[in-house]
Amino acid sequence: MADIYEPETEADAAAMIADAAREGRALAISGGNTRAGFGQKVDGAAFTSKRLRGIVAYNPSEMTLTAHAGTPVAEIEAELADNGQMMAFEPADHRMMMGTEGVPTIGGLFATNTSGPRRFVAGAARDSLLGIRFVNGGGEVIKSGGRVMKNVTGLDLVKLVAGSCGTLGFLTEVTFRVLPKPERILTLTWRGLSDETAVALLCTALGSPYEPFAAAHLPAGIGAEQPSTLLRLENFSDSIDYRSRELVALLAAHGTPERIEGEASVELWRDVRDARVFAGTDEAVWRLSVAPTDGPKATAAIAARVPGARWFYDWGGGLVWLAVPAGADAAADAIRTAIRPLGGHATLVRAPAAIRASVPVFEPLPEPLMRLTAGIKTSFDPAGIFEPGRMYAGI
Amino acid sequence: MTEAIAFLPPRADVLARRAEILGDLRELVPPGRLVEENNALVPFETDGFIAYRRRPLAVVLPETTAQVAAVMKYCNRYGIPVVPRGAGTSLSGGAIPQEDAVVLGLSAMTRILDVDYANRTATVQAGVTNLSISDAVGSDGFFYAPDPSSQLACTIGGNIAMNSGGAHCLKYGVTTNNLLGVKMVLFDGTVIELGGKALDASGYDLLGIVCGSEGQLGIVTEATVRLIAKPEGQRPVLFGFETSEGASACVTDVIAAGLIPVAIEFMDKPAIEICEAFAHAGYPLDVEALLIVEVEGSEAEMDAMLKAIIEIARRHGVKTVKECQSATEAALIWKGRKSAFGATGRIADYICMDGTVPLSQLTNVLRGTGEIVARHGLRVANVFHAGDGNMHPLILYNINDPDEARRAEEAGNDILKLCVDAGGCLTGEHGVGIEKRDLMTHQYSKPDLDQQMAVRAAFDPDWLLNPSKVFPLEGRS
Repeated sequence: MADIYEPETEADAAAMIADAAREGRALAISGGNTRAGFGQKVDGAAFTSKRLRGIVAYNPSEMTLTAHAGTPVAEIEAELADNGQMMAFEPADHRMMMGTEGVPTIGGLFATNTSGPRRFVAGAARDSLLGIRFVNGGGEVIKSGGRVMKNVTGLDLVKLVAGSCGTLGFLTEVTFRVLPKPERILTLTWRGLSDETAVALLCTALGSPYEPFAAAHLPAGIGAEQPSTLLRLENFSDSIDYRSRELVALLAAHGTPERIEGEASVELWRDVRDARVFAGTDEAVWRLSVAPTDGPKATAAIAARVPGARWFYDWGGGLVWLAVPAGADAAADAIRTAIRPLGGHATLVRAPAAIRASVPVFEPLPEPLMRLTAGIKTSFDPAGIFEPGRMYAGI
Repeated sequence: MTEAIAFLPPRADVLARRAEILGDLRELVPPGRLVEENNALVPFETDGFIAYRRRPLAVVLPETTAQVAAVMKYCNRYGIPVVPRGAGTSLSGGAIPQEDAVVLGLSAMTRILDVDYANRTATVQAGVTNLSISDAVGSDGFFYAPDPSSQLACTIGGNIAMNSGGAHCLKYGVTTNNLLGVKMVLFDGTVIELGGKALDASGYDLLGIVCGSEGQLGIVTEATVRLIAKPEGQRPVLFGFETSEGASACVTDVIAAGLIPVAIEFMDKPAIEICEAFAHAGYPLDVEALLIVEVEGSEAEMDAMLKAIIEIARRHGVKTVKECQSATEAALIWKGRKSAFGATGRIADYICMDGTVPLSQLTNVLRGTGEIVARHGLRVANVFHAGDGNMHPLILYNINDPDEARRAEEAGNDILKLCVDAGGCLTGEHGVGIEKRDLMTHQYSKPDLDQQMAVRAAFDPDWLLNPSKVFPLEGRS
């Protein structure tokens, strides 16, 4: 019995999975396995899409691209860049922060629904995903969606499979929407603002007609000594001039921002996107998803309970990246208790395996949602062979 | 030959107990919220897909989530099918009931519960109309983006059921991209909440599977939607072309040039004539095809974008370019487009198709559509969202002529198969309903459909919710 499965075709994958299902063998699904250590540890044979490689179809004037699931993200980004296009959701690369190696794949990106700073305006990874092919837990090849922008034909399985971390199916092919790259990018940076003032600034900007495409706040000590509040504009060059002028006027009460362009701007946002500021430390790392104005409330409540916590905000305040001393439970109780009244949720992204074994990595769900989740899992994977326990116990 | 679309046979035990059921339902909703008289039930027999009608057992119009839950719990206990209904504007028969079903209408749940500009969200009851959300926040500089042509009447609950689109989703996406959360009632009366003001929820994307599920997974009673800041200005421009091919090629080149307008709408000659006669929008009548291209931003930004688009249009032999001079003119241009279905309804009965095709196939599929309709001895008007390939051929026929009605249905089926064969899909924004149900096997294999039905069963194991819709009656597991 092989410990590592590396199917080279979809048909091979289906046959291998059918065998595993018959014999009740658990499989640990991955692309490039760059998010090893995310979720609970799975006991099962490694089953990877990395040999399912290559772009299947790309027609820039239709703004869609189809690729085999194991295609490296870098290969796709290069092909898109050659045609002046990009993925809308600004895919993140978490290798540095997770301390992992390997080659990020397009399938892995969608299986984990990994979305970067543009998420609040351009949607999550799953919003770009138009169609998929995958193998379900019965070894059947299933397709859902297609290669057109608008499609309401039947149930949208694409949304379920995206972000299911391999627990529902083994992705073999993805078709997603792409966008033209902007002519010019400009980052405006205000210094010295408190969290609350910064998020208020970001909310005002995002409620304006000037369409910022990224909005983050880095408190003191995160990346720089002084707090930095960042807004990114993407557009035609003349529009950038106009819109930045209008935004600065609208936000005049907060002072005059610095203007950052070119490589410096790209690097700044790469650090935010990939949470690089937390790379290489012993801390546990969390992602909190909250209403933007609740971001500072959540961090204040957590700071009061967890000494040594540090954080920064993306998505206009709605995404909080949080690092805490790992301790015994990565401060799970304190963090979840603090944000529960706000209606948000917390995901433990990085922690030693021993902590992850004792702490729910994903926010525990209310009973009726857990029941639906279990029913959906069974409908895709009746034998329970895909990533058992990765997201929730028994799923 | 096309068979008439079948419904599941009514459950005899339910029909036999009608009086008793009515008595029980009367206890579950406030006075006046149970519709049981035959005459009063007539308006609920069909929806926008008027070729089919069935009289329901009864209609309830609850005012609260708790009442919806009570009705669902009751119907589940006694095995009574439930058909949810918003405003009944479905073009695919999504809200057409059946004889043994209780229609659960949301028209009494019309309150806007919360508007939060800082977080850019609105929370509304499911019976709130699409347009009333934008109306409520418009003076504060915000709007709700999905804008189906029926937006004056259609409800947000119905929009969620069908994952509705509209003319402006080229830039802003469809309902699923603008929905943040729902409160919904499951088949057994359990009330759940999915999502909220935060962008991502934990676990599987249950909100994503509910959106577009055509009322088969639960009854949505409240929704939290994304509000978007209004652009500084919006300007629709008319482009008249001598050929449909020229107009289609222009669309492809605009997109390829990296210019993404907010909307690109296409009308062919019959559609132009119908809409102009109705709305007097100033559409040119001496062209074969018309594009309405809308751009937004500051005056200078709109000028710059239009300049680039006009240049491309010139390369494709544009005959007329008409920029509007006032907000009134702009409104008229959209009035003409958005009343296309209604205006068509004044001159003939019609079936509206909704296939989506890859942009490179627009010209081929338009030509094929014309040939199919001509072969069936009928006429067609094309009006659709060209920027995202979502076609809307309106097949004109006389509903009182059974032979014409049959031919219209056949032509429609052939057109949808053409869309699927061109790499597209059966429905871009109207939903499957009953209309396209029996064509699902053309787009999906048996394992594809079985997987979808297994997910459906995880929500509604006894198939009581909108049971005659979406999935072919044969081969259900």
